Amino acid sequence: MAIIIDENTKAIVQGITGSQGRFHTERMLAYGTKIVAGVTPGKGGSKVFDVPVFDRVSEAVEKTGANASVIFVPAPFATDAIFEAVDAGVEVVVCITEGIPVYDELKAYKKVKEAGVILIGPNCPGVISVGKSHLGIMPTQIFKEGNVGIVSRSGTLTYQIAYNLTRLGIGQSTVVGIGGDRIVGMSFVEILEMFEEDDETDLVVLIGEIGGTDEEEAAKFIEKKMSKPVVGYVAGITAPPGKRMGHAGAIIEGGRGTAESKIKALEEAGVEVGRTPMEVAEIVKRKLEDKA
Amino acid sequence: MRLHEYQAKQIFAKYGIKIPRGKLATNVEEVKRAAEELGGKVVLKSQILVGGRGKAGGIKLANSVDEAVEIAKGLFGKVIKGHRVEKIYVEEQLDIKKEMYVGLTLDRAEKGIALIVSSVGGMDIEEIAAEHPEKIARVTINPLYGLFDYQIREVLYKSGMPKELHKELTAIIKSLYKILVDHEAELTEINPLVLTDKGLYAADARLNVDDNALYRHPELKEMRDYTEVDQIERIAEEKGLNYVKLDGNIGVIANGAGMSMSTMDLIYLEGGKPANFLDIGGGASSEVVKEAIKTILMDKNVKVIFMNIFGGITRCDEVAKGLVKAFQEIEVPVPIVLRLAGTNEEEGRKIIEDFLEKEKKNIIVVETMEEGAKKAVELAR
Repeated sequence: MAIIIDENTKAIVQGITGSQGRFHTERMLAYGTKIVAGVTPGKGGSKVFDVPVFDRVSEAVEKTGANASVIFVPAPFATDAIFEAVDAGVEVVVCITEGIPVYDELKAYKKVKEAGVILIGPNCPGVISVGKSHLGIMPTQIFKEGNVGIVSRSGTLTYQIAYNLTRLGIGQSTVVGIGGDRIVGMSFVEILEMFEEDDETDLVVLIGEIGGTDEEEAAKFIEKKMSKPVVGYVAGITAPPGKRMGHAGAIIEGGRGTAESKIKALEEAGVEVGRTPMEVAEIVKRKLEDKA
Repeated sequence: MRLHEYQAKQIFAKYGIKIPRGKLATNVEEVKRAAEELGGKVVLKSQILVGGRGKAGGIKLANSVDEAVEIAKGLFGKVIKGHRVEKIYVEEQLDIKKEMYVGLTLDRAEKGIALIVSSVGGMDIEEIAAEHPEKIARVTINPLYGLFDYQIREVLYKSGMPKELHKELTAIIKSLYKILVDHEAELTEINPLVLTDKGLYAADARLNVDDNALYRHPELKEMRDYTEVDQIERIAEEKGLNYVKLDGNIGVIANGAGMSMSTMDLIYLEGGKPANFLDIGGGASSEVVKEAIKTILMDKNVKVIFMNIFGGITRCDEVAKGLVKAFQEIEVPVPIVLRLAGTNEEEGRKIIEDFLEKEKKNIIVVETMEEGAKKAVELAR
């Protein structure tokens, strides 16, 4: 099963002719992802690694039957790309682009929710269903097939924790980077719901960070609705209020969204929270052994 | 990006919101002239980009020109909450009958814009919410639909605003919303909004705009004030580095924002204090790595640097090359704890090993980030 994408996912790469798009298309193809088309306005008719390029997403979908899209388009054009993908009828849009204006992201959010489309990102590393399909920029070699789902707001930290798990012999089902911006397409809760339903996932790792209240919402959901164990991590204990820590979302505003409040909420919901990335992997190992 | 009060007020005034008469001063002489023009009874307001400047002594009342001059002498150059006072906004004193609050902010949880109104003002909105919950009201605006009149009525009635002020308040809220939309602001706020004999005045003004949207607002970009930003942060920004200065003594270099924060946290858990946040981003070149090291070394508090790299798109060999380059180009007076994992980890380690064979440099290679944090804290002691 896995969630969001699997071996049947047929994807378009929007912005395939750019340096980022080209680089990651090659890697995604190498992983076995079915990239069936690329889109760059004005470059229709050409090919990138044997993948046909179209001027418009609707044409690409018509000709190839694509059902997902991954976007590597620069920030000023990325919102247009998201809307185009949604109107062309794809079910999953992964937007890697960083630096999109927040009110554009808000429009994109309203658009995908109205259309019932899954939007991963913006400003995210993408999603991988290990051994099946990868839409994004993750270092695929660190993953191993298995039964742990991961959902995260940050990229590298996700890799670190996945790598720790893999080294302990624990594999992953699907790994989702929902993105570090204030407005992203999917919340922790929505991804947790999917993992809860997924036959191939037995445990979920939730990797949060300072800013917003998404972790607190996730805690409420876990307490009420999750039967599968969840292990947590929250970055930013040392981040001072009012200073933006890289991600547009990683900022403590008006005393809200601190690491402490998130850790507390998760722990009160029965989530064991690791203090270090290594501890997270060790907790997962223990929980899986207890279950077995 | 946060605008100064005087900058925000200029914009507010253009949208028809009444502001007190005022003048910006950058030295004592200018304060004197401004105070004379405004009739002697003035408020001196430090223009620093930090909240709570009133409580911290950044806002003072003067009842004569002489008093204004005396206060200005003390304020200029004073450091308030880490911000140096370089500019003072001199404003006429208002005869205040009542203080209120009106604000609009991006609401990430509700995926909209929150309109918040309170019939008491002058303190933090969080404090108002805690102390006078019945005097505060909020409603979420869907930016695709815009602000409706009924939403304004809703908050005015619920917050207990005096009826005779509704008309003027409605106009102010509409202007404030238009300011938010036109400037792609994350926050527009008047706190306090004050009632005087001549109507409602914005005694303070807040306007925070979205950095990511600045490319569409060149006029706002020009308003960025670098004079009070930390010098190292300014240089880092020019180099395109994502750097935030903190007050510890362990320099941190990592790739990815989450990873950088996690590295800082590990240092803290081991009993140390990070000197900075520095994210070299994804796929950094050796040049970027070198610049990152140079930047951190500008902070003289730094006793050790912990470089924590998990190579995904970033290649460990490229990071290692950058580190070697830094040693070749500048003096690195502190030890460097290095953790390299992930893409091209072996190649990266080989580069460091070869370099250390040739030259005696203080680089300590560790296996895990947890071990690295421990080592860095030890060395900082």
